[in-house]
Amino acid sequence: MLEALLVMALGAVVLGAALGYAAVRFRVEGDPLVEKIDAILPQTQCGQCGFPGCKPYATAIAKGEAEINQCPPGGEEGIHKLADLLGREFKPLSAEHGVEKPKSVAVIDEQACIGCTLCIQACPVDAIVGAAKQMHTIVASQCTGCELCLPPCPVDCISMEPIAESVETWKWRYPVVRIVPAQKEAA
Amino acid sequence: MSVLQRLFGFHGGVKPDYHKDASTSLPIAVAPTPTFLVIPLHQSIGGPPRPLVKAGERVLKGQRIGGADGNASSAVHASASGTVVAVEMRLMPHTSGLSAMCVVIETDGRDEWVANQPFDYRSATPTQIRDYLRDAGVVGLGGAVFPTYLKLNAGKQGKLDTLVLNGAECEPFITCDDVLMRERAAAILKGAAIMREMLAAGKVLIGIEDNKPEAIAAMEAAARAANAAAADAAIEVVAVPTRYPAGGAKKLIRVLTGIEVPHGERSTDYGVQCFNVGTAYAIHEAIELGRPLISRIVTVAGNVKQARNYEVLFGTPMQDLIALCDKLPDSDRVIMGGPMMGLLMPGEDVPVVKATNCVLVGSKKLFPPPPPEMPCIRCGECAKACPADLQPFEMYWFSRAKIFGKAQEYNLFDCIECGCCAYVCPSRIPLVDYYRFAKSEIWAREVEKEAADVARERYEFRLLREEREKQEKAAKLAAKTAAGREKAAAAVAEAAKPAATPEEEAKKALIAAALERARAEKSLVHPENTADLTPEQQAEVSAIEARRAEIREMAKPQLRQDD
Amino acid sequence: MTEQDNERIVNNSPYFLQPASVQSVMLRVLLALLPGIAVYVWFFGAAVLVQIVLASITALAAEAVMLKLRGKPLMMFLGDGSALVTAWLIALTFPPIAPWWLTVIGVLAAIVVAKHLYGGLGQNPFNPAMVAFALMIVAYPSLMSQWPAVGFTDFLPQWNAIFGDRQLDAITMATPLDALRTALHTADARATVAGVLGSDASFGNIGGKGWEWVAAGYFLGGIYLLQQRIITWHMPAAFLATLFVISGGFAMYDPTRFVGPSFHLFTGGAMLGAFFIVTDPVSGCTTPRGKLIFAAGIALLTWVIRTFGAYPDGIAFAVLLMNIAAPLIDMYTQPPVFGHKTRGGGAR
Repeated sequence: MLEALLVMALGAVVLGAALGYAAVRFRVEGDPLVEKIDAILPQTQCGQCGFPGCKPYATAIAKGEAEINQCPPGGEEGIHKLADLLGREFKPLSAEHGVEKPKSVAVIDEQACIGCTLCIQACPVDAIVGAAKQMHTIVASQCTGCELCLPPCPVDCISMEPIAESVETWKWRYPVVRIVPAQKEAA
Repeated sequence: MSVLQRLFGFHGGVKPDYHKDASTSLPIAVAPTPTFLVIPLHQSIGGPPRPLVKAGERVLKGQRIGGADGNASSAVHASASGTVVAVEMRLMPHTSGLSAMCVVIETDGRDEWVANQPFDYRSATPTQIRDYLRDAGVVGLGGAVFPTYLKLNAGKQGKLDTLVLNGAECEPFITCDDVLMRERAAAILKGAAIMREMLAAGKVLIGIEDNKPEAIAAMEAAARAANAAAADAAIEVVAVPTRYPAGGAKKLIRVLTGIEVPHGERSTDYGVQCFNVGTAYAIHEAIELGRPLISRIVTVAGNVKQARNYEVLFGTPMQDLIALCDKLPDSDRVIMGGPMMGLLMPGEDVPVVKATNCVLVGSKKLFPPPPPEMPCIRCGECAKACPADLQPFEMYWFSRAKIFGKAQEYNLFDCIECGCCAYVCPSRIPLVDYYRFAKSEIWAREVEKEAADVARERYEFRLLREEREKQEKAAKLAAKTAAGREKAAAAVAEAAKPAATPEEEAKKALIAAALERARAEKSLVHPENTADLTPEQQAEVSAIEARRAEIREMAKPQLRQDD
Repeated sequence: MTEQDNERIVNNSPYFLQPASVQSVMLRVLLALLPGIAVYVWFFGAAVLVQIVLASITALAAEAVMLKLRGKPLMMFLGDGSALVTAWLIALTFPPIAPWWLTVIGVLAAIVVAKHLYGGLGQNPFNPAMVAFALMIVAYPSLMSQWPAVGFTDFLPQWNAIFGDRQLDAITMATPLDALRTALHTADARATVAGVLGSDASFGNIGGKGWEWVAAGYFLGGIYLLQQRIITWHMPAAFLATLFVISGGFAMYDPTRFVGPSFHLFTGGAMLGAFFIVTDPVSGCTTPRGKLIFAAGIALLTWVIRTFGAYPDGIAFAVLLMNIAAPLIDMYTQPPVFGHKTRGGGAR
């Protein structure tokens, strides 16, 4: 009996030591977690998550201070990716942080713009060009669709326009969609 | 046909029924000019050209209507003289059923050419020739429509061993290259000579599948004449075994030279370049006759009474061609291209474009609807048939499960979508559809990721800039206060208060003034608008609002369905 | 969401499809089994036909129930023939005079557990017929070891053995593999291969008496499958060659203790295995090199189990063991992709 216990204990010690050594010896130096989370976030910098940008939100997730379902632009897919990365459970998008919308860009109605520069200051990615008392316009290719320029505009001349599908951006659909109930055929 | 030429095999491939005889019994006919030409501006790979004409303008045949814009773009020309009636979105010859910018020309039947000046390529620099070909709109006519001028670059060594002309034409039904070679062999070889000179290529190998003996004979005769004229033996016609997809550029290069060009690499780095015979003909037309690319040979085949090849002006509606051939009553679809790789058209009224090598009319009898899909039993038939040596069932597995990273690990992007795997699959799985789906998803993600990276960079730069501006402001302020302290100690308290306050106030005042001005302007321009909102006005405003809301609502479920 | 019950709503190229179907593949496999079955009946009586019918009915019924339970289109899958192939293989690997319930339980285990609980056609990681064989030989070792005597083709006693009163002494006989092992392992230490082979009536010219001709029948069917391009040469060749080399090598090393290659190739399930069992595409390897490794591995394990193990034949266990390794082998044996100098694909 004692021998068996000793053998088992010895085995445990040896194997434990081997595992510990392996953990140190073959340690994988990965990217810091925040970077990995930040790479998944859509970088709209819209602040809908309650943090001032994607990086702060990523930091908060990494620290466990924020849930993974607070990013509407990232959508369900983003939550799935975060859940995979962090080994957490998938959660539907939290309603208080917003809803998933089609990808859009902001468009300035150039007739109405008074050139106040408030939107330029609000834009997190400097995608609006213009100067004081000059008409502003949005560089569509750089706009992330964060909508942060909408509230500061005193004349409400900015609107969000969904990006239309073109021949170039059109995607082939998943080959099968419709489900045929088995009962019909079986009957 | 050289006996000495050693041929190389390629793995896989299939032998479908060819159905080629129907359309080769008659010579090429010129399709009549339609009343309205709808010419898409974007007809080739690369950036969309910018429109050069406006509605109401008169254009001549061969006049440039779309200018090459940016990298890898290629020009587009009016295919007949007439008046531009619109530059607008029209249905494209694309499976998506989406529209794109097109120039619509009402033809005047006079067929007035712009002044055709042959291009003296011998006294031009390579760059000048390439620019000329770009502006002549010459693109690959094999189906991939890659701008030809980009391929006429000899690469690192400055010279090539082999120029391959692709006359294999392996897809069933399509015979446009076949008849072109039969009837215009000499012109093809003249174009090839220009290419050979530009690429400093040693020899010219013309690969033709051995099911086209007439084309081989015609090309051989022309090659003998050309070789005799040049007193060398550089041009050689090679009959290659008939096996789909021997006409894929990389497969043909492999068959003729034994060289395998990997995906994503230039074949010129391996000393070889490949062009379609139609492209060689187009180069001859552009350089020696000064005619830009405005037409091509199109096979009209399938469920029609008399299949035939036509020389068709770009922008001609496909239904006109189909009418020429007498569509049979049970036809149910139009396909651009062949039955293996062709694209289903959203309608018969889409225009013929540079990529249109064949207008294939289909019916349920000719192309029976696929039987229900069964599970994959991993029989490996697809791997046996794959000419790219891929493992199609593994790619299918991961594409179906939307595990795109894994699909890419199995070299999804080496897939040329030739359809051999789906052709042989006993479970009748639409394999290629899964690859197309996975590829476009991966592309979309790639684009999204790039956009996100740019946004992150710009956001971080902005934070940096704001920080720097803050520091600069603080430094300025500190300097100011230091200066002020010397002047008057009493003013310290006031000066220490951020100088921004008066600035901000000034700004606010400015904004208020601007607002006032804007309001005043508005009321000046539309006095009735603000003064008394008429019911019509109100209705209009609310209609616009409603439409906006509707568009947003409409966009939402669509996106969800796609998920 | 599974795809097989969905209807294709898009129809993109290719519009041409080769007239091939899972059904035609499976039917040709059944056809290829016929010569072997005919010889089987000739030497061992019609009992095997009873087993085939029994197994087929059970398999189709089980398949129908499972498809119904899983909500799959019934006719499409029932007609694919895959259940019949499994049933026939079970009938041919089980003793033909086994009691009816043994076959029924075996088929149920194959269809219900090994096939449908893993996701049905195309999804099973293990060869269903071999799962059935392994399960039954572990659960009922003695029943699975009672084989009919060669040349004793009277139908009535065989029928009784299956459905009624089992009077086995007259009609059974140890299989050659069993006889050889028993002689070598349990008899006195001076027993030699040559001595055993010469003394027992169950041994024929090259393999087991009768069995060698059944094996030849399977070989003929295998050639048909190769000609029809339903299987590739890799697996049968690697399996038979490995078995030949390893048994030949050991027989040369010590001919008194190890029996030679012809015996190994022409007794037991070797020939059936080489062309019909090892080649099951669903649970096996798919890359050309993977197929070679996979089949060679089965041959090696088969020889080891036959020579040193306690069971009469080792193919079932060997196949199941290699089934586990198949995905790994596939991953490491991806063929080079067109234009790629090195092996592409698979996580390396």
